[in-house]
Amino acid sequence: MADNILNVKAKQELEPKAEPTSDRPVFTPPVDIYEEKDALVLLADLPGVGESDLDIHLEENTITIRAKVSDTLKDKEPLVTEYRVGDYYRKFTVSNMVDQDKISAHLKDGVLRIVLPKAEVKKPRKVPVTAG
Amino acid sequence: MVLLNIKDPLEAAVSKEISRLQSEMDRLFERFFGKGLPFFKSHEYPAVNVYHDIDNLYITAELPGVSIEDLDISLEENSITIKGQKKSGVSEDVSFHRKERDDGSFNRVIALPVKIDPEKGKATLKNGILTITLPKAEEAKPKKIDIKIG
Repeated sequence: MADNILNVKAKQELEPKAEPTSDRPVFTPPVDIYEEKDALVLLADLPGVGESDLDIHLEENTITIRAKVSDTLKDKEPLVTEYRVGDYYRKFTVSNMVDQDKISAHLKDGVLRIVLPKAEVKKPRKVPVTAG
Repeated sequence: MVLLNIKDPLEAAVSKEISRLQSEMDRLFERFFGKGLPFFKSHEYPAVNVYHDIDNLYITAELPGVSIEDLDISLEENSITIKGQKKSGVSEDVSFHRKERDDGSFNRVIALPVKIDPEKGKATLKNGILTITLPKAEEAKPKKIDIKIG
């Protein structure tokens, strides 16, 4: 599918539920979620995010992705601003089929990859029926 | 607008109501189109920000998931071309629950506001952010530059 010509999508800004304490925008990163044989995989575009800026939190059945982005050129004079720099925040519910102890995350080139391994399902058992 | 000719105190109340409606409309408009709209000049990928100081022009672009091997930047004294490919990194036989990330190729030519020295251009790619530093200068000749890991 490399033949697609990419277009710029406007970043989705998060609608804050409460008044934010800083004037930096917060965006909802675009994600892909797909299923492999043994795991669910979540990919999120988080450009500008390094390991130390990222916080992934798992509580109850909710996984929260929070990332801080620092604008390294903010002291320079801007000439053109086509995109805005801000933090990222997104939450997902993790279903029971995921083994929460084995969730792992990896960050590369500004893309976060979270692997959610499926829990071992109890093997189906046949119930013997005796006649007579 | 006939209402506006009615004398006080109703007039005050009405004009207050109109300005309230106006700000409500602005808010709705903003919510619908996004605050970024006035800045959002191009749909060509990638979106760039351009900064400058006395010595340099700086161009930044968000390129999550684009590796150095898939990126090609060439400079001329008054334009820059950013070319490349964003790969999805997902094999095609998996079943998607959600598909919001785009993949594909891009080729963007950006006209520069000042002449630069293409020989001295530098680019880094770090955490999905491309930063290109272009010293402002004179001489021309198209030239390819290497991308260093940030």
